[in-house]
Amino acid sequence: MSLTPTHVRGKKTLARSILGFVDKGIINAVLVIVAIFWLVPTLGLFVSSLRTVGDSASSGWWTVVTTPAQLTIDNYANLLSNPTITGSFWNTILITVPTTVLVVIFGALAGYAFAWLKFPGRDWLLIAVIVLLAVPLQVALIPLARMFGALGIFGSIFGVILFHVAFGLPFAIFLLRNFFTQIPAELLEAARIDGASDWRIFVQVILPLGGPAIASLAIFQFLWTWNDMLVALIFTDSGSQPLTVAIQSQLRQFGSNLDVLSAGAFLSMIVPLIVFFAFQRFFVQALLAGSQK
Amino acid sequence: MFLIALGFLAPALVLLVGLVLYPILYTVVRSFFSAEGGDFVGWDNYVTMFTNDSTFTAIRNNVIWVLVAPVSCTVLGLLFAVLLEKIKWSTAFKLIIFMPMAISMLAAGVIFRGIFQESPNLGVVNAAVVAVNSAFGGGDAAYPGATPRGDAGLIDDSGVLAGETAVTAGDEQNFPLVGVRADSVPDGAEQAEPAGSAGAGQVTGTVWLDVVTGGGGTPGQIDDGKTGLPGIRVDAVAADGTIAATTETDAAGRYILAGLAEETYRIALPASNFDEGYQGVSWLSSGLITAVIILSYIWIWAGFAMVMIASGLSAIDRSLQEAARMDGANEWKVFSRITAPLLSPVLIVVFVTLIINVLKIFDLVYVIPPGASKPAANVIAVEMWTVSFGGGSNQGLGSALAILLLILVLPSMIINVRKFRQERQS
Repeated sequence: MSLTPTHVRGKKTLARSILGFVDKGIINAVLVIVAIFWLVPTLGLFVSSLRTVGDSASSGWWTVVTTPAQLTIDNYANLLSNPTITGSFWNTILITVPTTVLVVIFGALAGYAFAWLKFPGRDWLLIAVIVLLAVPLQVALIPLARMFGALGIFGSIFGVILFHVAFGLPFAIFLLRNFFTQIPAELLEAARIDGASDWRIFVQVILPLGGPAIASLAIFQFLWTWNDMLVALIFTDSGSQPLTVAIQSQLRQFGSNLDVLSAGAFLSMIVPLIVFFAFQRFFVQALLAGSQK
Repeated sequence: MFLIALGFLAPALVLLVGLVLYPILYTVVRSFFSAEGGDFVGWDNYVTMFTNDSTFTAIRNNVIWVLVAPVSCTVLGLLFAVLLEKIKWSTAFKLIIFMPMAISMLAAGVIFRGIFQESPNLGVVNAAVVAVNSAFGGGDAAYPGATPRGDAGLIDDSGVLAGETAVTAGDEQNFPLVGVRADSVPDGAEQAEPAGSAGAGQVTGTVWLDVVTGGGGTPGQIDDGKTGLPGIRVDAVAADGTIAATTETDAAGRYILAGLAEETYRIALPASNFDEGYQGVSWLSSGLITAVIILSYIWIWAGFAMVMIASGLSAIDRSLQEAARMDGANEWKVFSRITAPLLSPVLIVVFVTLIINVLKIFDLVYVIPPGASKPAANVIAVEMWTVSFGGGSNQGLGSALAILLLILVLPSMIINVRKFRQERQS
């Protein structure tokens, strides 16, 4: 490279920078178009949720560009005064928050054991966890519906939580174990020399240092549970159903229920979107660590 | 030490054994029993799975899904991740593409069901398709539903409106029509006018809406308050069926067909005047429904692939690419010889994750198709739900379908375990 005469290199750079400029313009234009394509669907749903059923049945949401006067928040007002919807919103929270907390606690305990405790069969047990990572939850639907029926928790919020916790654990253990192994061994040794028990090491060393990892897991599990429809569809009844199940029951008459559907879908999106935009760094971390390590 | 470890592991182990492992074994056993579980039926449920129409459609669709969706998402994600590095607003772009990952598949399903609605007045995709079509010459003035006024000497020959008797040059042929929808009469239409007498080699006439708003008027007569129908194509059809002359009506509904020989002609309004016009594509019909659902899946998961690949890219040592560029390699060579091989571990991870995810696809297929195209869109997870919970109550077949899913996921499990052991050894 150093043998290349400087004037030739200079020329090349000039040609390349002109080319690069044109390239940049094209790339920017293409990505702007892609971004618009990705935004329009959500935007359409949001605008639809601000229109009356009558308007939605006779014209497309994009007509707001010419007649903005048709927008109204009535759909949301109706939704929030509908006890089925508000009840199911509350149920979603009652399902999601305990699930997230339990997955984090149980996952952290097991993750610590896999990362720092030595016990016979540890590697095989860890491989079993990795195998379970990919198990489709469909294999548990029929037996657990039976089992929960026998226990009298079929149709209850508690049953759904149990299901979600069990199927959230393989990922939680795997993710936290990977993070915890990266904590410097000297820190644990120092604590051990000071006479700290494993429990104290877990609480005073691992949990504080594993904060970001735990946050990642919590965000991931929160979004996963909040957005679930399949498990809730089977394991809840009309009193314990979350928002997703309440909304899907309106799907049969898509056109005439568009007011409930669009506003309801947007209502169900608000919390995930806030969580996502506030903590997207952690969410990305969970995805990266979960599958790359 | 063992007891301490057991203490930390106990809650997770109890749940995993009781609520994941035991159910897997139960489902395996259950799949060899009949619908209610009373009789041992051997492999019957597995045979049914591949011979029953709706389960077979589900399996076939799952194959299509696995072949199309993971590749599309990974390729798009790779493309976005590479292009991202050249723009200044990459963070904003990432957020926009990644955002659908945060929302439920239910919400995504409602969104896509909405934008692919059939009527171009309601679905934005068909609105765009129709707009593009009419910009390229489609979409002439159309009067769907129009029929001739009775007793006016007109016939409706499978959509073509024509005079009952043939005419010769110098004659007049009028078309009083009814059944035209008010909203298909264009704004420029004027009061209907008589066409005036025809010159040599000409046939004239008027096409009008033979209705006075608010009532009144004589049927078949051009009265005040009756509107001419502009833009209607009029043909003079010779005895041998060829079209000798053609024209369009003006704002008052008048037309003049000129240059006719001394023969007899039938004056006809071709059917194209009266069809619905171009209405776009039936996206949610049986033929296209799976494509539409896969599209919505790509909308959600391309962001996942992009974020994963972008982080893989940022970990690559840039000096290698720079060195190759200095040696005169073009951008494609740099990408295919250096970047792509270095990225392959990430690409495999993304691909395997997507395959596992696609096999289990449920929500989107449950939400997007309208009733009529649900059978055509079927996938294994939806079929499993339908036969065991959604009215079928055949838990034997349902168990077999769940086990099929488990078997399909096995290769991905093996890849995951292998990868883990390799990383341990290195």
